[in-house]
Amino acid sequence: MAFSGFVVQRDVSFQVPTGDIFVIMGASGCGKSTLLKHMIGLVEPAAGDIRYDGKSFTGAAPQERAVMSRRFGVLFQSGALWSSMTLAENVSVPLSQYTKLKPVEIDELVSLKLALVGLGGFEDFYPSEISGGMRKRAGLARAIALDPDILFFDEPSAGLDPLSSRRLDDLILELRDSLGATVVIVSHELASIFAIANNSVFLDAESRTAIDGGDPKELRDHSPHVGVRDFLSRGEGQDSGS
Amino acid sequence: MTAAIRRDKAGKTSSGNGVELRTGDAGALTLRLCGHWRIGHGLAAIGDIEALLDREPHIRTVRAEDHGLESWDSSLVSYLLKVSDLCARRKLDFDTGDLPAGVPRLLTLARAVPVKADAARGGGADSLPVRIGRSVLEGWRGADQAISFLGEIVLGLGRMMSGRARFRGVDFLQALQDAGAASLPIVTIVSLLIGLTVAFVGAIQLRQFGADIYVANLVGLAMTREMAALMTAIVLSGRIGAAYAAQLGTMQGNEEIDALSTIGISPIDFLVLPRVLALALMMPLLFIYSCFLGIFGGYIVGVSMLGLSGSAYIIQTQNGVHMIHFWVGFSKSVVFGMLVAYAGALRGMQAGRSAQAVGVAATSAVVTSIVLIIVVDAIFAVMTNLLGI
Repeated sequence: MAFSGFVVQRDVSFQVPTGDIFVIMGASGCGKSTLLKHMIGLVEPAAGDIRYDGKSFTGAAPQERAVMSRRFGVLFQSGALWSSMTLAENVSVPLSQYTKLKPVEIDELVSLKLALVGLGGFEDFYPSEISGGMRKRAGLARAIALDPDILFFDEPSAGLDPLSSRRLDDLILELRDSLGATVVIVSHELASIFAIANNSVFLDAESRTAIDGGDPKELRDHSPHVGVRDFLSRGEGQDSGS
Repeated sequence: MTAAIRRDKAGKTSSGNGVELRTGDAGALTLRLCGHWRIGHGLAAIGDIEALLDREPHIRTVRAEDHGLESWDSSLVSYLLKVSDLCARRKLDFDTGDLPAGVPRLLTLARAVPVKADAARGGGADSLPVRIGRSVLEGWRGADQAISFLGEIVLGLGRMMSGRARFRGVDFLQALQDAGAASLPIVTIVSLLIGLTVAFVGAIQLRQFGADIYVANLVGLAMTREMAALMTAIVLSGRIGAAYAAQLGTMQGNEEIDALSTIGISPIDFLVLPRVLALALMMPLLFIYSCFLGIFGGYIVGVSMLGLSGSAYIIQTQNGVHMIHFWVGFSKSVVFGMLVAYAGALRGMQAGRSAQAVGVAATSAVVTSIVLIIVVDAIFAVMTNLLGI
């Protein structure tokens, strides 16, 4: 991954098994969100390939790519709701574009999705009229509109109070379990990493590569890299631990 | 297949969603679900369940059963949610039985947070008097805001005169460059073409009685008194006024303006004053430039198409255009500059906090400034006429 000659990360390679909650970790500015943007095709990798089910995403023709990305649901950092549309309209856009459902049916599904994220009754609100946490949940409702196979989250709990963040984590877990989706999360919220992730990759800012991966709880205690253990224990664990 | 439920006695459908309604003996209705429940196949309606419940009022429980369910997504959840709502309305028991574990969990999740009834908007359109009243009140509020904003700018100017206003010199220089030097190309094109056009229009009439040379007077007067100030102001309202509104509107959205207020800096002093001053200073300069180019445009037409001699045209312009005409135009351009900056800054500061609001602010800034320019221009025309200049 590189920006106009500046290499952000090199030789990053990992696999996300279906059904995992996979977290991309690392210090601020190490390229976590950039990696996510590569995975969803917003940024092209300088070298290398991204594959879904063994099929190359990077090398795919634009049309194939559009079909593949329809299986994605993406929740951006601040929700990225379209500000000129109500919540219901936001959620209904993917439905009306990619399904042949009738308007009544779309309304029904939209209400269902909003109810799933706990925003039942807020259909006619504009994004500017609700709080940050609600915007995030509405963004999630839009992300799951098409029942995606893979959900991408960019810092889902950033800027949320502990309780809202916890509720969002629970929601992510619940949706993963019930929809059977794979979840990829960019995060450096330790609490939520430990609560939901069962797999991870750790991007190191200094060596500019992925230095470790696996279950975050395992990594905290047994990673061969001091940097990873420090990150996962907020730099405190080593002294007070056993 | 469409939203209609395919009822297959065998209980299996090869494609599309399928449900079989079966009434048991113990007052129970069983929904046997099978096939692929995908959004792509449409949503199933519950009309037939309702009809069946109407026909057989002894049914006390509704049970959903997996009877060869191949795949499912939200369409199934949405269907079952409707069924369970129906059961709740009729006070029947609803049981999700042996459906895949995700389904009952999603149903629970969907009902975890009660629908906020008071959140829903009061629907229905308002009556005409209500709407008229509301728009009058809004207009009044807008006028109030506009006037107090004007007052704040004047107060800010007062602070600046006494050296207490805080803004960064570099911002002011940047605003000067944007409004002034960077506007030269477009002012050049517009003024030159206006000069040409006025000359052509005049020539058609003046030629009929051999007064071609008076094209010079016409162009000179039109440019200095009216067109140069008007056209530069209109061009700059699109170029600079809209930009001011967009900049300030974006800053409003990013809470940058709040950030300024919290550290005790008046946003008016810091953001609005440099812009208003820059435009008020640059507009007259652009006006002078525009006058020259307009007259040059007339000169081109006079010399190349009407066969006038170059020196005659220049002398005629010098004789025809008195300084008083120039000063009328000049003073207008100062006022126009302030108006454009004022309208841009006003709409920017009033902008709402969404991306869309920035666009609205920019558009509204241009509309406001053009209306203000035309109105003030008319006032100038009446006043100069009364004063006999």
